Amino acid sequence: MNKLLQVTDLSKNYGSRIGCEGVAFDLYPGEVLGIVGESGSGKTTLLRCLSAQLEPSAGRIAYDMRTQGLTDIWSLSEPERRMLMRTDWGIVHQNARDGLRMEVSAGANVGERLMAVGARHYGNIRTEAEDWLTKVEIDTGRIDDLPATFSGGMQQRLQIARNLVTQPRLVFMDEPTSGLDVSVQARLLDLIRTLVNRLGIACVIVTHDLGVVRLLAHRLMVMRRGRVVEHGLTDQVLDDPQHPYTQLLVSSILPV
Amino acid sequence: MSTAQGYNFAYLDEQTKRMIRRAILKAVAIPGYQVPFGSREMPLPYGWGTGGIQVTAAILGPDDTLKVIDQGADDTTNAVNIRSFFQKTAGMATTDRTREASIIQTRHRIPETPLVEGQIMVYQVPIPEPLRWLEPREGETRKMHGLAEYGVMQVKLYEDIAHYGHISTAYDYPVRVNGRYVMSPSPIPKFDNPKMDNSPALQLFGAGREKRIYAIPPYTRVESLDFEDHPFQIESWDQACAICGSADSYLDEIVTDDKGGRMFVCSDTDYCGERVAAGHTGEEQAA
Ligand SMILES: Nc1ncnc2c1ncn2[C@@H]1O[C@H](COP(=O)(O)OP(=O)(O)OP(=O)(O)O)[C@@H](O)[C@H]1O
Ligand SMILES: [Mg+2]
Repeated sequence: MNKLLQVTDLSKNYGSRIGCEGVAFDLYPGEVLGIVGESGSGKTTLLRCLSAQLEPSAGRIAYDMRTQGLTDIWSLSEPERRMLMRTDWGIVHQNARDGLRMEVSAGANVGERLMAVGARHYGNIRTEAEDWLTKVEIDTGRIDDLPATFSGGMQQRLQIARNLVTQPRLVFMDEPTSGLDVSVQARLLDLIRTLVNRLGIACVIVTHDLGVVRLLAHRLMVMRRGRVVEHGLTDQVLDDPQHPYTQLLVSSILPV
Repeated sequence: MSTAQGYNFAYLDEQTKRMIRRAILKAVAIPGYQVPFGSREMPLPYGWGTGGIQVTAAILGPDDTLKVIDQGADDTTNAVNIRSFFQKTAGMATTDRTREASIIQTRHRIPETPLVEGQIMVYQVPIPEPLRWLEPREGETRKMHGLAEYGVMQVKLYEDIAHYGHISTAYDYPVRVNGRYVMSPSPIPKFDNPKMDNSPALQLFGAGREKRIYAIPPYTRVESLDFEDHPFQIESWDQACAICGSADSYLDEIVTDDKGGRMFVCSDTDYCGERVAAGHTGEEQAA
């Protein structure tokens, strides 16, 4: 199988401060990669670099473009990269306000990507929006409501629908469940798992919650101070952590 | 040449006019593209058409005949003020007649009488950026225009239909110019949008506060955005103009007495008067 994403020697610094450093990994289609680490360890920085929201200071991110195979995303022209980001990729933000258009309805939020790639039939766009609201378990009766009238969990689900409507092959998520009640988190995680499995979407998901990782991620990267200190199959890393930092992380967070 | 004491012809100094003309030339070369220009302070507050006035001042010559309309009429305060401003500072001829005008500065309407080659429309524009409603960042809207990323304009129309069952945008209805730039036509009714398409006249748009000039050259394609299943449509009325009987002009509803009496009349007073002079009548006249 071809690699979907190939990351080599990726670094990002903010002036003299290190955001992330020397990160390398491959991601295959349908694979879910979890990134964990303490606050400030560089998870968001890494995710923003991977998803082309932030230009790295060094290194290479190659993506398997549908037409031309593995391509350095920073060698693409800006229109190509922006098109990639809103068709073949999805980005689910920690804060729904960063990922949704709060001033337009739920239906418009879901339909936007379709219109961005040229959909011009209102009825079809609406049907598709209803379909996706159903898939993310939002009552289609809420299709014309503003996202601000939705609960936190619904807003996250709406973000997911908005991203998946163009059938991306790769979705980036930064702490998609943080800030939600535990029961709401569980439902959202369950939904993400179902959708990702059913649609075969590859996913890079940042979290500080090892429970999320256990449930969703096939593979796991542990970060500390901008560097990846451990990387492997999720179960292996969690059940038999090698790096002292991971051992600490696992023992302190996982309920025994 | 100078008319009113102490002012240059048409008020603006020649250097400023040349700067504005350069912006106009660039705007004509890239139909629908918003060209920044160094907007000057004018002896009128913003919102009174300072952008349009600067464009007019930059293109006006002593042989021109100027018509100024506001809400379709030549005798409203705004139109009267602008007309007398140019009479004082440039001394050229003015007219109420669309046919006689070489330059027509407008707010809110395009005349009903078809424009012809050689005429120039100058629109007063309050908000030139059609993407502003969804994207407050100037850098981002520029990028969106540059890459022709116009999906969000459809989102706006989608919202209209979702909430009202039809595209309810009635003024400043967005258009795509020459198949490329999406443009705000200024607060004219969508009724006037089709008149912009393939017009023999040159159309210039000036936004004073926002410091932008844009243009539609003669015979340029201008399409109103829409959906396949909700095609663009202009307003229509059940009745004809009560004064001239026109069934295909834009009508204003006016209150005729304090007992709730109303009638519909042409908003374009020159067009209406011309029809009456030619012998047409509406039900008001017939009654
Ligand atoms: N815009 C920025 N400017 C300067 N430094 C930054 C910026 N963003 C992040 N950093 C620094 O980079 C490092 C990594 O931050 P990052 O936000 O990637 O961590 P994180 O793992 O996502 O943390 P958290 O779990 O709190 O979200 C930190 O030292 C942080 O202070
Ligand atoms: Mg973070």
